[in-house]
Amino acid sequence: MDAIIIQILNGLDKGAAYALIALGLTLVFGTLGVVNFAHGALFMLGAFCAVSFNALLTWPIQPPKAEGQLFAPKAIPFMEHQFGELGAAIVNWSVPLSILIAIPVMLLIGLIMERGLIRHFYKRPHADQILVTFGMAIVLQEIVKKIFGANPIPQSAPEMFNGTADIAAWLGMSDAFIVYPWWRLIYFVFAAVVIGAVFAFLNFTTYGMVVRAGMRDRETVGLLGIDIEKRFTVVFGIAAVVAGLAGVMYTPILPPDYHIGMEFLVLSFVVVVVGGMGSLSGAVLAGFVLGILQSFASMNEVKSIFPGIDQIIIYLIAVIILLTMPRGLMGRAGVMED
Amino acid sequence: MHFDKMNRRGFLTSTAALGAGLAMPTIFTSASRAQEYCNMPTGDTVVFGFNVPQTGAYADEGADELRAYELAVKHLNGEGDGGLLNTFTSKALKGSGVLGKKVAFVTGDTQTKSDAARDSAKRMIEKEGAIMITGGSSSGVAVAVQGLCNEMGIIFMAGLTHSNDTTGKDKKRYGFRHFFNAYMSGQALGPVLAEEYGTDRRAYHLTADYTWGWTQEESIINATEKLGWETVSAVRTPLGAGDFSQYITPVLNSGADVLILNHYGKDMVNSLTQAVQFGLRDKQVNGKDFQVVVPLFSRLMAQGAGKNIEGILGTTNWNWSLQDDASQAFVKSFGEEYGFPPSQAAHTCYVQTLLYADACERAGTFAAPEVIKALEGFEFDGMGNGPTLYRAEDHQCFKKALVVRGNDDKQSEYDLLKVVKEVDREALTYDASIFGGDLGPNEGKSC
Repeated sequence: MDAIIIQILNGLDKGAAYALIALGLTLVFGTLGVVNFAHGALFMLGAFCAVSFNALLTWPIQPPKAEGQLFAPKAIPFMEHQFGELGAAIVNWSVPLSILIAIPVMLLIGLIMERGLIRHFYKRPHADQILVTFGMAIVLQEIVKKIFGANPIPQSAPEMFNGTADIAAWLGMSDAFIVYPWWRLIYFVFAAVVIGAVFAFLNFTTYGMVVRAGMRDRETVGLLGIDIEKRFTVVFGIAAVVAGLAGVMYTPILPPDYHIGMEFLVLSFVVVVVGGMGSLSGAVLAGFVLGILQSFASMNEVKSIFPGIDQIIIYLIAVIILLTMPRGLMGRAGVMED
Repeated sequence: MHFDKMNRRGFLTSTAALGAGLAMPTIFTSASRAQEYCNMPTGDTVVFGFNVPQTGAYADEGADELRAYELAVKHLNGEGDGGLLNTFTSKALKGSGVLGKKVAFVTGDTQTKSDAARDSAKRMIEKEGAIMITGGSSSGVAVAVQGLCNEMGIIFMAGLTHSNDTTGKDKKRYGFRHFFNAYMSGQALGPVLAEEYGTDRRAYHLTADYTWGWTQEESIINATEKLGWETVSAVRTPLGAGDFSQYITPVLNSGADVLILNHYGKDMVNSLTQAVQFGLRDKQVNGKDFQVVVPLFSRLMAQGAGKNIEGILGTTNWNWSLQDDASQAFVKSFGEEYGFPPSQAAHTCYVQTLLYADACERAGTFAAPEVIKALEGFEFDGMGNGPTLYRAEDHQCFKKALVVRGNDDKQSEYDLLKVVKEVDREALTYDASIFGGDLGPNEGKSC
């Protein structure tokens, strides 16, 4: 029982990351009709917003080398050097604080990407869109590698979230040992809040209503005198922010490197396809379902019966779902069927 | 000579002798000798091929290897302070190149992929005239490139490769490894683990699913079970899994009190970070503190793992904090050149370049069969690992290895590993036949 509960938690946590990335992908596909292979790179850029912010806060103030010393002694981080304990506390909270930096930065990156490149490919075949966005992802990756190197750069969660939560005590299972890292639980809650905010924006604001109308029938909305293109540009920016925030908050879980976006991209595309192209709720549902199934497939008991199942489970489920439900779990008729 | 007396037979004999005489010098020209073996240098330079990961996950390690190679070339050509040439016990190299030729080099990018590594090695041999190939940061790549070099008659001086297979079942006559291997890690680490954590332990292995991971898992299981440890489970994880949470959570309730991470590079950084996040290091099992062990460490990896590496035991081939004259000479040369200390990958690559050059000098030729003979069974010192033997039977170096611990009292940003024990080579020596394989014949080949 303990193992099952832990794997459900693992699945929810993984699913939260898949759902956040897939949500942005679906949003862009549903509004702009663009298959954006650079979406993983946006996740990576978000993660590097956190890395950059931390690097600025901890900019090394180098004490002088003693005579005969070949290498400089340990540097003092800038904030600690300037502001003492307050500075150290700010550095401790650098990951959550970097959200404040990541929102405008990612919005700007999203707007530039859409206005500068992607809008020129709206009417081009999907293959062209895939090629250009994949190319852009590689360019962004290489730039980040040039600046930050190829090695992962660890980021710490605030110290108060470093330990594990005693889930068994929460569930009143006194003889069980079920713990789960605080930061992963926070990531799950954060993902739920962001997903909820995106749904609320689309469903309960006039702006969101127009966007939804544009997703259904772009021409009619245009005929009503609404500049739907401009709104779609903003939607692309929002998708970039969602991917970026997913990246920022993931840094304490997985030390980011230039390739981190690609690792999620392929799985997120599978999530989008399983959820149903263009379906936001489908993407979220599929994210969690696949995350949980992947976790269960990794259990030793399961692998002893089906060796290697953990490596293929997501693709196997995708094949089964597409064979039985060709539009995915919640796909709409007419999307990508021309 | 009386020409008027020359008959037909005499004329034929004389012209044949004259023809043979005229042809004779060409037998000894470099052009015709070049046919004898692959890429024999004909001008005033000899070309070495440095095949390192310049892109991909191990690019930083590759960059450090390349720095070391460039430094070695400088020292061989008489530039800089001479580095380890000053401490190396063989005095065949004089800092004037190798066999009177200046050393030049070409580079290739392995991308840490076997196919790409073979392609770049082939290009350096066929198009750029490399007489020797060296480098790599992965056992998969080392085994693949070693096989290619063996087919082409080019000596391969392996860089960072830790699998037992490189000089075991996949050993080749033309391949040589200075770096230690997984078996040695197990032998070095075992007694320290027993001393620190006792002999009644239950271990759970997470293992990278490829040649290096398998041999390391096997070696560590053998070493720890000899101590009396029990192996609870050994789980294979896909290379580059990223999120290891689904592999780590089963450890929590497995009854194991030690987690052994047979991971390297990014996998090790991620799995260790996540093991710490799941509270394994704060846990008590079977009345003992839970422990995490990383059998193969590198300083560049320790940088990536940050604070999580502190206090964790592992092994390394060499560390810049060693205080012997040779290590300090190398650290000084490298540090003055680049501003930071060398990694173990840089050290082994630098040493391999010097060892090859020295073998050519001692053999008096670049012809591979003679150089191989000079390297086989070669005993030396002054390279940073104490007295060392290049064993003839498997082309594996036997020397000291280090047991290290992640440093929790850093004096500089590079002070990441603390040496716990220097293990003598006698404790690490094994029978060459235990890992199988066949070196093959030592015969000249032309490419």
